[in-house]
Amino acid sequence: MFRNQYDTDVTTWSPAGRLFQVEYAMEAVKQGSAAIGLRSKTHVVLACVNKANSELSSYQKKIFKVDDHIGVAIAGLTADGRVLSRYMRSECINYNYTYESPLPVGRLVVQLADKAQVCTQRSWKRPYGVGLLVAGLDESGAHLYYNCPSGNYFEYQAFAIGSRSQAAKTYLERRFENFKDSSREDLIKDALIATRESLQGEKLRSSICTIAVVGAEEPFHILDQETVQQLIDAFEIVAEEEGPASEPGAAADEGAAAEEGAGADQGSGAAPMDI
Amino acid sequence: MSESNRAKQSPLISEAASERTQYPYVTGTSVVALKYKDGILMASDMGGSYGSTLRYKSVERIKPIGKHSLLGASGEISDFQEILRFLDELILYDNMWDDGNSLGPKEVHNYLTRVMYNRRNKFDPLWNSLILGGVKNGQKYLGMVSMIGVNFEDNHVATGFGNHLARPILRDEWHENLSFEDGVKLLEKCMRVLLYRDRSAVNKFQVAKITEEGVTISQPYSLKTFWGFSSFQNPTVGAEGSW
Repeated sequence: MFRNQYDTDVTTWSPAGRLFQVEYAMEAVKQGSAAIGLRSKTHVVLACVNKANSELSSYQKKIFKVDDHIGVAIAGLTADGRVLSRYMRSECINYNYTYESPLPVGRLVVQLADKAQVCTQRSWKRPYGVGLLVAGLDESGAHLYYNCPSGNYFEYQAFAIGSRSQAAKTYLERRFENFKDSSREDLIKDALIATRESLQGEKLRSSICTIAVVGAEEPFHILDQETVQQLIDAFEIVAEEEGPASEPGAAADEGAAAEEGAGADQGSGAAPMDI
Repeated sequence: MSESNRAKQSPLISEAASERTQYPYVTGTSVVALKYKDGILMASDMGGSYGSTLRYKSVERIKPIGKHSLLGASGEISDFQEILRFLDELILYDNMWDDGNSLGPKEVHNYLTRVMYNRRNKFDPLWNSLILGGVKNGQKYLGMVSMIGVNFEDNHVATGFGNHLARPILRDEWHENLSFEDGVKLLEKCMRVLLYRDRSAVNKFQVAKITEEGVTISQPYSLKTFWGFSSFQNPTVGAEGSW
């Protein structure tokens, strides 16, 4: 994408029918550190790569709890993400106050998308430079949405955004058909593996990633570092035993405990981690 | 909405003039409702009193709301109609989302509580006692909101005189998993007592039922009454003097 005379203003169309400012805003999302989301029928897991300004600083917060049943992971301009999270929290609370019922995720996402669209059609505004992975549960099931700066939103079984997210996406594309019936543990494991893919070489440790889960009986919460490290250790050990986990099927079978349907689709059903 | 109507009538008077409490003009009397095996049963008479005159005798005081709820109201009939318009708009917007989610009885009940309480705070109440009942995803819900915003849920509720005359009967005779026939019989017992003792009651009733499948509101019908008590024959026998 090169600089041209149609890209100064968000309200200027290019002759080819493009709004460059909006597209540049989407570029900002690609610059942020990776955020990954996946869902099953009953749970949604969000994972993100922690990025710190320097070795001395703490990492930026990229996962926000919006309500007991909704959480969001952001990539891009974190400040914009914080503002949008505050908006989402406000909407959820207001809905709950009037109806004593949780705001359906699908509706929150549409409100968010409409808010983003406004910024693409006002000359005195700029698009939000942040992509949001919204994870939530409502009476129609578990949902994962991606809201982008253009004001579009899409529903996904699994998705990854941010830098080096393509590697994670490739992994998810291979495995997503199984996610629907995954157990909670398998889903988290897949999230961790996808996160590892986007680290590309760097060792996966709990200090470098954050995991959050929401489920039917489980309010949205961020897993603490210890739990995450244990989960990492669990599958990393087996990965070493079985050689590099190039066949993701092997990694998924380990912690399955064979209860959920994950075993059937691999065909192997072996569960070496069964204790 | 009602505020703008007032403003239109008196454009020269500032809207800061305080709204005094309204007086109800055309009122409905009690509504009684209970939970039964398959859902909710609600009954009311069809009278609209104009003060002490039993003026209107075909007022429907129970209406379906959306797919999952029934609303019964006592008190000012015009305010009830206003509330129906609010709810109509609410349900319309809910349907327009077209996304598999829908407002259930609990949500409607809470919305009404907010509306009633808000109006009360502005010293401009909607002069109604509302009963909201419904079934959604197998869950039965029955709640009440008063004109000052007091709200609660229970297995059986009543408004107005029903609180004093019907609820004691319900407390004694209601139990879980009433059949439809038993529920209707119980409601009719309550309505009969109200017919005898509440002067604003008329002998023309509707019984409404809501289950997972939907809403049914019966055709109007009357209850049999018995007035042949001996003390009603020749009531002045035994009275001394002219007074």
